[in-house]
Amino acid sequence: MARKISMKQAINEALDQEMARDPSVIVMGEDIVGGAGGDGERDAWGGVLGVTKGLYAKHGDRLLDTPLSESAYIGAAIGAACCGMRPVAELMFVDFMGVCFDQIYNQAAKFRYMFGGKAQTPVVIRAMCGGGFRAAAQHSQMLTPLFTHIPGLKVVCPSTPYDTKGLLIQSIRDNDPVIFLEHKNLYGFEGEVPESSYAIPFGEANVVRDGKTATIATYGLMVHRSLDAAAALAKEGVDVEVIDLRTLSPLDIDTVLESVEKTGRLVCVDEANPRCSIAADVSAQVSQQAFRALKGPIQMVTAPHTPVPFSPVLEDLYIPGAAQIAASVKRTMAH
Amino acid sequence: MSTITPIVMPKWGLEMREGTVTAWLVDEGAEIAVGTPILEVETDKISNAVEAPDPGLLRRKVAKEGETLPVKALLGVLADSSVSDADIDAYIAGYVVPDAGEEEEEGASAYSTVDVDGLTVRYARRGPERGVPVLFLHGFGGDLDNWLFNLDALAEVAPVIALDLPGHGQSTPRLPGTALADLSDFAVRFLDQLDVERVHAVGHSMGGAIAARMALDHPTRVASLALINSAGLGSEINPGYTEGFVEAASRRDLKPVVEQLFADPDLVTRQLLDDLLKYKRIDGVSEALSALGSSLFAGGRQSETPGLELEGTGVPVLVVWGREDRIIPASHAGNAPPGATVEVFDDAGHMAMMEKAGDVNALLKRHVSG
Repeated sequence: MARKISMKQAINEALDQEMARDPSVIVMGEDIVGGAGGDGERDAWGGVLGVTKGLYAKHGDRLLDTPLSESAYIGAAIGAACCGMRPVAELMFVDFMGVCFDQIYNQAAKFRYMFGGKAQTPVVIRAMCGGGFRAAAQHSQMLTPLFTHIPGLKVVCPSTPYDTKGLLIQSIRDNDPVIFLEHKNLYGFEGEVPESSYAIPFGEANVVRDGKTATIATYGLMVHRSLDAAAALAKEGVDVEVIDLRTLSPLDIDTVLESVEKTGRLVCVDEANPRCSIAADVSAQVSQQAFRALKGPIQMVTAPHTPVPFSPVLEDLYIPGAAQIAASVKRTMAH
Repeated sequence: MSTITPIVMPKWGLEMREGTVTAWLVDEGAEIAVGTPILEVETDKISNAVEAPDPGLLRRKVAKEGETLPVKALLGVLADSSVSDADIDAYIAGYVVPDAGEEEEEGASAYSTVDVDGLTVRYARRGPERGVPVLFLHGFGGDLDNWLFNLDALAEVAPVIALDLPGHGQSTPRLPGTALADLSDFAVRFLDQLDVERVHAVGHSMGGAIAARMALDHPTRVASLALINSAGLGSEINPGYTEGFVEAASRRDLKPVVEQLFADPDLVTRQLLDDLLKYKRIDGVSEALSALGSSLFAGGRQSETPGLELEGTGVPVLVVWGREDRIIPASHAGNAPPGATVEVFDDAGHMAMMEKAGDVNALLKRHVSG
């Protein structure tokens, strides 16, 4: 039966069910149990925002609190994956990826290719992403494009609890390295999620709203901002289709193309910085493959090309909002 | 007779709160007979025609095409020519949409679950306390919501019970066995759990074959049989559907498969496909469907035909079919046992109970009351 749970609970449930199903699944990260070696209850924290809370009590030492050294434990997770485990490593904030990036883009992403298909690396690296948390320039970035650039990595960024559970289960069962990015401002977002386990295949975008006059292609938190924009535009008689890309590598460009063939107009919405972003990528592919279907120029709505500001006023302006998205839809409608 | 009949937004299924008017099918001033499709309504699950509850002239279209309105909102007005325009204006002005508040509560408890042989079964039970209940058995890959146009209508005359068979809907994705007898025995044990002695069994497709098996194996439990686009009345079945449904993993693959179910493929909405994919992705469902499909429908042949053994059992049988059924040929209706009531509808496919809901409901009501 389905019931309403938050995205945070959906992550916890996916980890719990996969650990119960498959003894090779382990979870590691900083404070994911909550103060190993300290006094009192070992399960007190369950991670910086409590995502893994309660799992230690059920699965014991298959949850490993690691030292504060991303390069050490991400490397350990990748090595364990090559040796038959299915580690899920939690990196806290995607912004910290820099300190262990060699392990990811130059090692894990290349093993299958360089060993002629004889090695596989079924590792999942989970990290919080995105702004709006008043956490300043080093804890708020949307770094999805860094990972989609690398062949050999799969990149997931869900927008709902249902998708989060199904895509995380798929990520754990997948035999390649997966970067699983969770928008911290969606952790409390609730939705219907079945209690049973289920896996959502990679490379299938989700049409979250049907429309005929313009297409919005987006992912993560921006799905919700885009739906708000679409609801506002509907009152003015503008009928917008909203596509949640869900997985950014592999990317389901076919669903975007089919939609643009119908609507003739495209707005790409991305919380990442504009240069070489997901929005820029989708925009380039559509102009290359569906140019004749376009009735107006493709619009991009992204964060500006600056670091995320700490000032709450500026941060709110920095992250694309519904009004900005609606204005861009109107701009492409003007042609 | 100078009465005004309102045409209101229907409530199709337990979760429907609102619907969108997609098209009017008749003009103002048109003479309407009972059951005439008047307009089309789309919900996030499905679209279908709203049929006339009474005869009369369509005097006024109140809802506009494209408008989204709550359940029971006034869509149009039927009345004969003796009713003045002023009376109709006054009726429309004075119409108040009944409050849905109490139905919200009802919706929360609309589904129940019961444990049968260690499997959790989701079911819905409604209608009067007394009388022989009508048991609805869905088909291969279906669930109890396949009956969304039928349950409320039948609940007007008898208690209704609809379940998700094991391996289906939101019941446990594990089968008690893959033969029809395994499923019909399971349905009987489900009725035992509910303390139900006898039922009018209504089955669609594979559910019809299960119902027929149940009537043969447990004759004291089945008061009558209604078989809708039923399996078990002949050997042909379209493997493109049964195998395609099991194999399809994406919306793109599933859509053409599911469109074969309906005479009008536009009835397949995005939400319907999404709901089917959500079901198919649950761990264990794929294996269950695959096992069931290979046992019952391997190679485009039905392995069991209990419907052909009903002659002489004395159980009253109603057979209903959509002529454009692309899954199980409508010619199988000709294999109904002697004495059965047989109705074959034009402009309907495999889902006759949805596509011809008004007509099928009328037949079922007569059948279970007779």
